[in-house]
Amino acid sequence: MTEVAALTWRQYRLERRLFWRNPSAAFFNFLFPLILLGLFGAVFSGNQHDLNVIVPGIAGLSVMSTTFTALAFNLTFLREQGVLKRMRGTPLPAGVYLGGLAASAVTNTALQVTIITLAGKLLFGIPWPRDWPELVLFAAAGVVCFASLGVALSHVIPNFDSAPAYVNAIFLPTIFISGVFYDAASAPAFIKDIAEGLPLKHVIDGLSGAMVTGKGIGDHLSGLAVIAVWGAAGIFLAIRGFSWDQRRD
Amino acid sequence: MSAAISVRGLRKRYGDVEAVRGIDFEVARGEVFGLLGPNGAGKTTTVEILEGYRERSGGEVAVLGHDPAGRARELRERVGIVLQSTGMYRHITVREALDHWAGFYSRAREVTEVIALAGLEEKAGERVNRLSGGQLRRLDFALALIGDPELIFLDEPTTGFDPVARRQAWDTIRSLRALGKTVLLTTHYLDEAQELADRVAIIKDGRLLAEGAPGELGAGGDERYRVSYRNGDGSLVVEETDDPTTLLHQLTAAALARGERLYELSVTRPSLEDVYLELTADVTPTPPAGVAHD
Repeated sequence: MTEVAALTWRQYRLERRLFWRNPSAAFFNFLFPLILLGLFGAVFSGNQHDLNVIVPGIAGLSVMSTTFTALAFNLTFLREQGVLKRMRGTPLPAGVYLGGLAASAVTNTALQVTIITLAGKLLFGIPWPRDWPELVLFAAAGVVCFASLGVALSHVIPNFDSAPAYVNAIFLPTIFISGVFYDAASAPAFIKDIAEGLPLKHVIDGLSGAMVTGKGIGDHLSGLAVIAVWGAAGIFLAIRGFSWDQRRD
Repeated sequence: MSAAISVRGLRKRYGDVEAVRGIDFEVARGEVFGLLGPNGAGKTTTVEILEGYRERSGGEVAVLGHDPAGRARELRERVGIVLQSTGMYRHITVREALDHWAGFYSRAREVTEVIALAGLEEKAGERVNRLSGGQLRRLDFALALIGDPELIFLDEPTTGFDPVARRQAWDTIRSLRALGKTVLLTTHYLDEAQELADRVAIIKDGRLLAEGAPGELGAGGDERYRVSYRNGDGSLVVEETDDPTTLLHQLTAAALARGERLYELSVTRPSLEDVYLELTADVTPTPPAGVAHD
């Protein structure tokens, strides 16, 4: 067990070091949500109602982008390049390698949610989170759900060139209808109905409860159930379709 | 000691297509074994089954005493793999990569020593995305050797190399044999097989057509010699025989009796290339099934 932990830690450290050396990954995975927060924060400056929506909204967006988007891109690239296949030929246990990759993604999530929480308090008039366990619970549920969905999506992306099209076709509509940028309550009914069935809106509601509205975990149980269903489907598909090798056709 | 690799009746089916149709061969420990064949012959499929990347459809396979389909970690500790084309993290340096890979193995070699063996001393601090194609290939070698494997798979290791780089790669492969390593080499360069391999097997359409030392591989199994010369009127005469001594004696005696010389007289054995071309020539004009899978 200690050997597995030590190997996972080594793999994690390598992934972290290389993450910062890749400017485009560092930008899109890391700076992009923070830039959005800065822009919308400036636009809504002085309007506390909108700021109360945008801060947890961007926190939810960054949970999704650091896991779903990042892992779908990464795995497509690593598979196409043959890095996964090369790893598969070494004695490194598969779980250790994928664990290191996932832990690196989760580190980005934790860093971003922390930065957004700090910015909310220091710049946008949002108090410290009222309910820390709720914040952690919904961030963690979002991570598991979106990470597994990102891995699952990577199985259907045929090559790295088409990865942005596949990922953004899901990511962009999802963030627009899930109330990242506006109060979901003011959206048309059919948009609300779709958003209710997707996990991101419920992650944002949970984060909003912890950061702004003060609604507790007990008020978000049905949302948690939606996240859990998507997460279970994601885990099933991520494991079932996993391939170390580029499909040949 | 048992063979490093033993393959009995190996079959691999993709849907309706049988890419490997019953192959048998053995690779002894310490041997360099070459697997030859045209594209689509089933070479890569066969090697990837031995490497543990693919499941076989039938037959028995043992690699260092293990069934590679079990993917035992103990086996992967003892095997080094150079794939046909595999990428690498782009932002990692050569030394970092080898340091990291060394951590995967319980008995890794010294990183500096492996960098020197691969001829990458001057590039040790360079990031992978700044290496040339040939340097990347040398990094592939280095990563495959870092765990000090007993058995090394080399899948077309010198494709795309310039002649100098090929010679260097050949020297590296020879040094592996000198260290007592077993090497399974696939290539479609016949001179490479002739130069490096102790024994070769020729595969086509998923079947093994011939097997033996590169110099002794005869298409029909008989030892054949080719005797050629130009006769008095300048035309080229080629005769094949399994008894060159007698034939030469008769030819030279007759020429001397006529007071003639046999210009450009030569006695040659069929080269690996001759044997290969003869064996792999398409008898039927339609291409066989299974071409898409190599």
